[in-house]
Amino acid sequence: MGLFSKEGTFKVLFFGFVMGVIFWGGFNTVLEMTNKEAFCISCHEMEDNVYQEYTDTIHYSNRTGVRATCPDCHVPKEWIHKIIRKIQASNELYHKLMGTIDTREKFESHRLELAKHEWARMESVNSRECRNCHDFESMDFDKQESRSSDRHEEAIDNGWSCIQCHKGIAHHLPEGYDPSDDSPSASEDEEKDE
Amino acid sequence: MFKTIKSKTLFQKSLTIFLLAMTAVMFSSAAMSVQSLRGDRPLDSKSNKVSKHKVNTEEGGYDRNYKLQPPLIPHKIEKYRITLKGNGCLKCHSKKSHKKEKAPMVGKSHFIGRDGKETKTISKRRYFCNQCHAPQTKDSPLVENVYEGI
Repeated sequence: MGLFSKEGTFKVLFFGFVMGVIFWGGFNTVLEMTNKEAFCISCHEMEDNVYQEYTDTIHYSNRTGVRATCPDCHVPKEWIHKIIRKIQASNELYHKLMGTIDTREKFESHRLELAKHEWARMESVNSRECRNCHDFESMDFDKQESRSSDRHEEAIDNGWSCIQCHKGIAHHLPEGYDPSDDSPSASEDEEKDE
Repeated sequence: MFKTIKSKTLFQKSLTIFLLAMTAVMFSSAAMSVQSLRGDRPLDSKSNKVSKHKVNTEEGGYDRNYKLQPPLIPHKIEKYRITLKGNGCLKCHSKKSHKKEKAPMVGKSHFIGRDGKETKTISKRRYFCNQCHAPQTKDSPLVENVYEGI
């Protein structure tokens, strides 16, 4: 009855299978726990700053009672993209330990940089997380104000991404950011003028 | 002796009843006269519903009623924050973006500082838009108004 006997092989395989299930299940459970709003705002940096601002917005409270929580916008839904984002988030743990933004003043001084990171991330994936709920296909342009529908049609034609126009919708805009500089077609207009 | 005591107790009895009745009347009348701004509604009951004021959106904007009237805002404004750090209205109404957004530009008078000199950005004393400009609701006026405009 050695390790290489038939029964031994079966035992090893079975043990491996059971441990695999336990570890994989445990890993995913922990991963899901870190993907809840309660986890996000367990740090005062998040709860005191960005969370408070978000509670004033339509993504928190609205007529129909549908809410988008932190991970709905900030963590990708698909597994592989989620894992990549989670690994990048280990850098956030380092800065939590260093206390990089542990006061309101420190947070405000870093806000523009932090916002730019998130805007860049969203733009690089064509606002994938927005589009989990919002879809041009299901938008009724007749129900929008003419200004909105005009700009949305322009966005479809030019392939603009949601975040290019819709910055600062769930959190306050950072100091030093001028939205009128950042309209996606503003640069084209300037070229024409010059 | 016995008689006087009896009459005294009778008198005392009636006096106490009278006093009690008086205090009861006083307290009850005091309770009636004190009323909070909320009315005499019990605290645990719901207050009257506040009527909704839906903001009116007017394609093309409102006409002015007189020269130099600050133009009225023809759309909702609750999403646009005006703070020391940034002015949400300028996202569409600034010099740079108004053409693209098809929005009227901030008036030229808003680019003149206190010293009468032209400023590059919007003058600080004109920065808080809703000090003069206001959105309109669909309500009918509370008081009849015969003003026709100039």
